[in-house]
Amino acid sequence: MRTKHDDWRELSRKALERLSSKADYADIRFVSRLGETVEVKNGAVEGVTSSSESGFGIRVLKDGAWGFASSSAPGLEEVLAVADRALAIARASALVEGHKAELSPTETVVDTWSSAYKKDPFEVKIEDKLELLLSAEKRVREGGQGRVAVAQAGSGARREEKSFASTEGSYIEQEITETGAGIAAYSVGPGELQRRTYPNGDRDLSDCAGWEVVLDLDLEGNAERVGREAAELLEAKKCPSGEKDIIVDSTQMVLQIHESCGHPTELDRVYGTEAGYAGTSFLTTDKLGKLKYGSEHVTLVADATVPGGLGTFGYDDEGVPGQRTVLVDKGTFVNYQTSRETAARLGQRSNGTMRADGWNRPPIIRMTNINLEPGDWSLDEMIKDTRDGLLMEINKSWSIDDKRLNFQFGTEIGWEVKDGSLGAMVKSPNYTGITPEFWGSCDAVGNKNHWKLWGTPNCGKGEPSQIAHVGHGTPPARFRKVRVGVGQ
Amino acid sequence: MIAKERVEEVLERGLEFSEADQTEVVVMGGDTYLTRYATNYIHQNTAESNAEVFVRAVIGKKIGVATTNALDDESLRQAVGRAVAIAGVQPDLPDFVSLPGPDVAGTPAEVTAFSERTAGFTAEDRAAAVGRVTSLSARNGFEAAGAFSTSVLRLGVANSLGIRRYAETTTSRLTAIVMGPSGSGFADDSSADAGAIDVERVADVAVGKCRDAQDPVAAEPGDYEVILEPAAVAQIVMYLGFMGLGALAVQEGRSFMSGRVGQRVTGENFTLWDDGNDPSGFPLPFDFEGVSRRKVMLIENGVARGVVYDTYTAGREPGKTSTGHAIPPMMHYGPLPLNMFVKTGNSTIEEMVKGTKRGLLVTRFHYTNPVHPVLTILTGMTRDGTFLIENGKIKGPIKNMRYTNSVLDAFSEIEAISKEARVSERFIGSISAPAMKIRKFTFTGATQF
Repeated sequence: MRTKHDDWRELSRKALERLSSKADYADIRFVSRLGETVEVKNGAVEGVTSSSESGFGIRVLKDGAWGFASSSAPGLEEVLAVADRALAIARASALVEGHKAELSPTETVVDTWSSAYKKDPFEVKIEDKLELLLSAEKRVREGGQGRVAVAQAGSGARREEKSFASTEGSYIEQEITETGAGIAAYSVGPGELQRRTYPNGDRDLSDCAGWEVVLDLDLEGNAERVGREAAELLEAKKCPSGEKDIIVDSTQMVLQIHESCGHPTELDRVYGTEAGYAGTSFLTTDKLGKLKYGSEHVTLVADATVPGGLGTFGYDDEGVPGQRTVLVDKGTFVNYQTSRETAARLGQRSNGTMRADGWNRPPIIRMTNINLEPGDWSLDEMIKDTRDGLLMEINKSWSIDDKRLNFQFGTEIGWEVKDGSLGAMVKSPNYTGITPEFWGSCDAVGNKNHWKLWGTPNCGKGEPSQIAHVGHGTPPARFRKVRVGVGQ
Repeated sequence: MIAKERVEEVLERGLEFSEADQTEVVVMGGDTYLTRYATNYIHQNTAESNAEVFVRAVIGKKIGVATTNALDDESLRQAVGRAVAIAGVQPDLPDFVSLPGPDVAGTPAEVTAFSERTAGFTAEDRAAAVGRVTSLSARNGFEAAGAFSTSVLRLGVANSLGIRRYAETTTSRLTAIVMGPSGSGFADDSSADAGAIDVERVADVAVGKCRDAQDPVAAEPGDYEVILEPAAVAQIVMYLGFMGLGALAVQEGRSFMSGRVGQRVTGENFTLWDDGNDPSGFPLPFDFEGVSRRKVMLIENGVARGVVYDTYTAGREPGKTSTGHAIPPMMHYGPLPLNMFVKTGNSTIEEMVKGTKRGLLVTRFHYTNPVHPVLTILTGMTRDGTFLIENGKIKGPIKNMRYTNSVLDAFSEIEAISKEARVSERFIGSISAPAMKIRKFTFTGATQF
């Protein structure tokens, strides 16, 4: 029986045949996605949604200018029309002369790749998901003892099947399954709104895996604490204002890396092609291999090969294999995340970070799993070694300037650290800094026992808007003399 | 692109396939184009043709939602089947009353923002406009970045209680960020009619701002008088809407409006409303449930007046009806004001500058996010042109600053409002905002450029 993949292969071949003599380069991607979200709130089902979408996108390079066209309509006639449209658009792009794109070489690949999972999340009955989530949500409310205004639990699953074919002869099929779940409590007081979540903020997809990750979370076992802490935050101390040593825990380190290392090491930002929207980067090419980005304790990598991350894949959407690249080596900035086009400008080969948000977007440079390599401290040792500080957990507010230097991040909860011991709970803690100064103040990084790979399924970039699923492997770390309590 | 007849056919087929007590089908389809440029050349140029179907099936007080972008009968039947199956396995949603019925008062005039010229706008047309921006930028030794986007949207809503709505809208937007060695400038324009985009003004303003923004000096964080240009005002108004001008946030106690309707929340000279039928914005006559959009006064002369509702949130309060602000059914934020207007005043930016002894002029904000939603505290950076004003004159550019400030506090300290407003297109709507002079605005940090 003819399958969807047979159609994709055949239609890809015909589209590329049509373009091969007219374009300098072309690729076509077919993508289909299945999605499911289950959300419960305050004892009721807020929404269960099942989504399905599919389509294809064709990218054409002609005389150094790009065109991209996409459609959800099926059939050969539509594929050929969209191929012609992409070529016409590439020709229109060339009307404004400027930089001419050239692609760095890559191997021709014919392959398939699938992410691993143990329990297919789409095979788990919705009734069973609701039972688990309603039970966890009920325990959140119980933990809040009447002070939690909104208790929530949710799960998500997504399966993406996609093909990539290029005029250079590559043909790659991939299937990626993602799953996750979480709980949240919102407590309300006079002029006050506090939030507590588990495992890490408001996100339904956390791992490139199956339903087993949800079972491993033990939502019900953490629910009472989440509700209780949300209520306790209403009475907690305000965050002190001034300079403190701060311990950024593994959950908040996700956001810290994402904003201050992940985005500024994207080479398209450096070359200005995100300037019209999200901004550029302070990590200009003259700093490559020279800039002291952080202290000697700081080594950051982009790793698409680590199992289970939302930034894990076999091949990027240019057909380049997923790989591991050191971005910051013992404090020195040494590499970017690159594409075939941007790598060529540096005389390099792509390190495989081009991904598109579905069939209807062209690939752009996206983070893979951007990870802070573990050090040799335990969290207890960090606390014992800190005289006057704050421990901060789970991001809830974030902002950073358009070159990724000045940031201000807030977390759900914090604890004072006094003379080597955890002290009082602190509500709405925040901290601010300048990226290289902040990472330069890092003097302790947690060991591998504290290192965890987290998912960030909501990374926005690009026009038209693209949402990427990326990962961050993080230990906790300590930073000296950081300004905290801004606007408190 | 999906035709009107096909939208209506899919709506009816979707309803036919359902065995639920109540069923709603929404079809949203169209074509979108976006030409993106940077460092004075076009680096990305996209076209998308899509049509999505949202099905909401109701069995008693149980609701299931399914979506698809495949429009053949088999796919539609599957989507409807998934929605019905999902509804079937749920516990009741106690507060749910019903999907909406047709408007009792009848369907008002279908005001939409639609332009044939936008529908026919080509990649060459977009490239020509972009070329005018990049040419002026290059002639001045600068580099321009931005995008020219156009879209044609066809939206249909039908439900088993008799709602049948259809509308076509078009949008277009040109943005320009022009960058020099040490500073940048910004301008934009949006219109339902792509041919009405004022390309020359966008290029002139962005290049002029960039020229003025070179060689900025550092300014100390602290409290300043500020003049916020319309783009800056629009951004903090947008977050005010997200943080608390929808009924769900109020009902859950998460909003600054909770328990404060009828009370003063800003200065008397601030008035804000939502009107999805105002032709000066991007009107769309009905929401994603097919309910006619009503004008809702949100804050009037500084007094909190109300928030926007969809059918579900209206059903939770006695005597309330939907104001026509439902968002797509798979989004769980609750109703949102998507067509906000800030009342204009009688001043100009030039007059505001003249009347300022020491203050800052802010072109726009970057990466704004809530710090404390109930207190409406936001943080963000200035971007693309921030200037120091001394003794009634612009003294020169300053390096970008971080603000951390309550929106309601800022709108309690408005000294002047411009008579001109600018409309900027947003997600299925727009914000119309004037410039404002605010007596006290807190900057908590600074960056290096």
